[in-house]
Amino acid sequence: MSKPIIATTSLAGCFGCHMSILDIDDRILQLIELVEFNKSPIDDIKTFTKQCDIGIIEGGCCNSENVHVLKEFRKNCKILISLGECAIMGGLPAMRNGIPVKECLEEAYWGGPTVGLNTEKIMPNDPELPMILDKVYPCHEIVKIDYYLPGCAPRADLIWAAVVALVTGDELNIPYELVKFD
Amino acid sequence: MSETVKFTIDGKECIGKKGQYIVDAAAENGVYIPVLCHMKDVIPAGSCRVCTVKANGRNMAACTSPVEEGMSIENNTAELLDIRKAIVEMLFVEGNHFCPACEKSGNCDLQALGYKYQMMVPRFPYVFERRNIDATTPKIFLERNRCIFCKRCVRMIKDAEGRSIFAFKGRGETLEINIDHKLAANMTDEMAQLAMDICPVGAILRKEVGFNEAIGTRKYDKKVIGSDIENNHQ
Ligand code: SF4
Ligand code: SF4
Repeated sequence: MSKPIIATTSLAGCFGCHMSILDIDDRILQLIELVEFNKSPIDDIKTFTKQCDIGIIEGGCCNSENVHVLKEFRKNCKILISLGECAIMGGLPAMRNGIPVKECLEEAYWGGPTVGLNTEKIMPNDPELPMILDKVYPCHEIVKIDYYLPGCAPRADLIWAAVVALVTGDELNIPYELVKFD
Repeated sequence: MSETVKFTIDGKECIGKKGQYIVDAAAENGVYIPVLCHMKDVIPAGSCRVCTVKANGRNMAACTSPVEEGMSIENNTAELLDIRKAIVEMLFVEGNHFCPACEKSGNCDLQALGYKYQMMVPRFPYVFERRNIDATTPKIFLERNRCIFCKRCVRMIKDAEGRSIFAFKGRGETLEINIDHKLAANMTDEMAQLAMDICPVGAILRKEVGFNEAIGTRKYDKKVIGSDIENNHQ
């Protein structure tokens, strides 16, 4: 039987959740025995080359590109996991939710203390740039998400336990110390 | 001596005092019923409902209902645990709870209940409402994004003449916690600390201190909320 295939991505996150994946330390050797990686920053495969079993999403959706990538993951993965606070509830980027986008952009590019040189009041408007959304959306408000692993970042032991349980079909018993929101 | 009453919680025989609230009587018998708004020896508010139990077949707030002779109380049933979890989830989506950036994280009762019930994601959509911070008083920040309207501060924090330093303003969606700026100007460090301690979440914070406990050593990092009550009576 071929190995289950995992894909991962970071949307509006800080890559901390991916760092936490790497924090499983030498168990990464066991992991590559258990699974194969497809599209992921970990192996630098940039586009899906086959259907995957598990998609791990870090970060919420703050712009149109995040939404596009998330929908691609939903299409190409049987199971999607929201990994970390940003994927689950928007996280720190969502601190702008409730503040109108116009106000945020004006503060960032015109009003902020480090933008004194922007005397012409230019707002980034290159058509290549993804459109910023009205607010940061938790992933499950955009597509169906199957599992959630909270934490900022989620503890490496939690990620390890969850992935192993999913791949082996064993029951997942999570110790109290591993589920944290910070 | 006050009159005693006998009652059961999930079949366990318990003894309490007549007129005692279920939640306090339960604690004395080693049974933990979660609370957010209740504080022992303070007139109860009954506002958060997270202490909901089934007493003689009816859902009641354990912090406002006294124990009665022969009362049969359900506490840890699947139905009640789900009601409580739903309340916790509702409080999370209603406010703006960015735990990773919160000084109270690790010592927060709301978060600790999220841990206890293994809240992986709230079942309700996030509201993301804009709420303002009041940082104008000398000793404390009022971080309204995290207020759960438990009214503990209003009921407990008073000045020397018994005047409340905190008060609610508005109703329903416009309800917000406020602070009397004149009275707050005379707050001592001890009062500010007490206000921060009794607030079950990170809505009242002392200025110039914070993040001074290492992750792993905070109140709920390793210990489930309520375990001290349960362990005291084994
Ligand atoms: S008050 Fe509690 S639940 Fe809210 S952000 Fe702070 S730690 Fe999290
Ligand atoms: S500020 Fe804290 S203590 Fe006061 S009502 Fe809000 S949550 Fe309760």
